[in-house]
Amino acid sequence: MPSVETVNLSKRYGSFTAVSDLNLKIEGAKCVGFLGPNGAGKTTTLKMLTDLIIPSSGEALINGVNVHAQKKKALASVSALIEAPEIYASLTPREALTMIAEIRGVPSEERKKQVEDAVAEVRMEEWIDKRVGKFSKGMKQRICVASALLGNPTIVFLDEPTMGLDPRGMSEVREIIKSLRGKDRLIFMSSHILSEVSDVCDEVAMINHGKLIVYDTLPNVTAKFSGVNNVVEVGLAHSIDSKIVTQTIAALPGVVSAEKVDDKNLKISFSGGLDVQERLLNDIVNLNIGVISYKAASSELEEAYLKLITATL
Amino acid sequence: MAQTDFESKNKVPSSMAQVGTITKYALLDYVRSRRFFIMLTIALLISALLTILVGYYRPESFLSSELTFYNRWWGTSVTFVVVLSGIFFGGDAISSEFQNKTGYFGVPNPIRRSSIYVGKWLAAFIASTVILVIFTAITVGNGFYYFSGVPYEFVESLLFALFYLVAVLGFTFFFSSLFKSSSISILVTAILFLFAFTLIQELVADLVQIEPWFIITYGAQIVGNVLTSPYPQHQITTTVARFTFTSFNATIPEGLAILGIYFIVTAVLGLILFERKEF
Ligand SMILES: Nc1ncnc2c1ncn2[C@@H]1O[C@H](COP(=O)(O)OP(=O)(O)OP(=O)(O)O)[C@@H](O)[C@H]1O
Ligand SMILES: [Mg+2]
Repeated sequence: MPSVETVNLSKRYGSFTAVSDLNLKIEGAKCVGFLGPNGAGKTTTLKMLTDLIIPSSGEALINGVNVHAQKKKALASVSALIEAPEIYASLTPREALTMIAEIRGVPSEERKKQVEDAVAEVRMEEWIDKRVGKFSKGMKQRICVASALLGNPTIVFLDEPTMGLDPRGMSEVREIIKSLRGKDRLIFMSSHILSEVSDVCDEVAMINHGKLIVYDTLPNVTAKFSGVNNVVEVGLAHSIDSKIVTQTIAALPGVVSAEKVDDKNLKISFSGGLDVQERLLNDIVNLNIGVISYKAASSELEEAYLKLITATL
Repeated sequence: MAQTDFESKNKVPSSMAQVGTITKYALLDYVRSRRFFIMLTIALLISALLTILVGYYRPESFLSSELTFYNRWWGTSVTFVVVLSGIFFGGDAISSEFQNKTGYFGVPNPIRRSSIYVGKWLAAFIASTVILVIFTAITVGNGFYYFSGVPYEFVESLLFALFYLVAVLGFTFFFSSLFKSSSISILVTAILFLFAFTLIQELVADLVQIEPWFIITYGAQIVGNVLTSPYPQHQITTTVARFTFTSFNATIPEGLAILGIYFIVTAVLGLILFERKEF
């Protein structure tokens, strides 16, 4: 079973502590989201887990092997995408990815196919034999995502994998991550996009100021730390009477409160999950008040996140 | 279990094989880079200039004997070609991994950092050797045009030049792992090799009158000196009025030792630095 463990892991830069006594043990085939505000220490932690930097104290262990002491062994079945890597400019994606496949020990007869499949996964087939030097940021990021797929890693570290991608690219990469999850893998992924995390991850670890705040399953975190309420925003084609809002809509099943943001926009808090959200949409459409948009304003994870992060400031 | 099957199939290669992989792709990157092209152009320009000048003016100082020809042609220019290749291919070999963030692509893989260092070193050595081989071929071509053959001293000189290249690359790689900025590491190595070393060497010899055995360019003198007959004296003192001038020439064993020690020391230090460097 793949495992990632940090034991009293710390990283100090001069008098500043970027990661402070981090104790985290992640085990098994699952996807764990790594959350925290800018500068919380997410990238620093991932760098220590891949020997890009050396811990000031404590240990980073992969499958029980110390990453710094025995890097080659520890990272044998790991792939990582940390920050936004660059690729040797005059290589093509095919060459750069073949290099990685060779380093990871993909057997020579499989290399070509694995590289082509990985490039196809990130929709870069057309560019596979063009030099990377002139690629846009997002195109490079796609190739880097492809590199994380090579050699069938059992542990995958991703640091903001959808950063710099266009909306379609984001959702494609999310699908790739989801499909990776099914194959006996441990994925540890940092992200600022909470909907992404609640979409693809089973568990979340949150850190702030280099300290672990919580590590639990997604349902547990949201149940424990978010309020009971979810909020949806409703957009209307024409103005609505306040009475309908405060009396009719507020009385719909599941609704906790309803208020007007302005004449054509409403904010409705409700308790319950997606089923309630779906029924609520149906109910307000049936009121014939001219609903033209309906979207979740904040998610449970977002609420939990905001509560936890402000609580430790 | 499917997973175990896969792990057994994907066995991480030996460090030796990984060095080969890095060398292959770094070399590909070098050979396609603009730098390689510029370096090649410089080597060809020097060769063309010499070919035209010697062919047109037929200077006595070049053509009086076979050895003089090689001494003049090769002895004066090859160290420049070696140093320039060393700076071009080694000057930012490691620092660029930080500055350009290419390190983030290669380093977090199951590969020792030393394998990356050695692989890139070999790629730089091969790329520089390609340049050197072309330069040598043109020299020898001209040599054959004016004389019948190649004196064995030239073969020695060629081997010394290759050894000097080894030492220069060891040194530039060390400096490139000292800095995180490509331009600074290139600049520093360029200043050292193109001015500072020769300057210090001459100051030490002339003013302090001690042998500058600790300077790499002093050791590199053997590349040209082996082409003079007889081999220059180790120490030459001339007195003009009340002033005494002393100049030194590295003997062949001394030169080889200086270059060898420079290589070993800078290679070890460079490797240690790169192992501990943080991204
Ligand atoms: N090389 C360094 N020298 C000094 N301080 C550093 C260094 N690298 C990181 N830090 C500091 O460590 C802290 C954590 O940085 P880190 O990059 O891990 O944050 P992060 O959680 O990844 O943030 P973001 O969400 O913005 O990517 C920051 O305050 C940063 O300034
Ligand atoms: Mg970060």
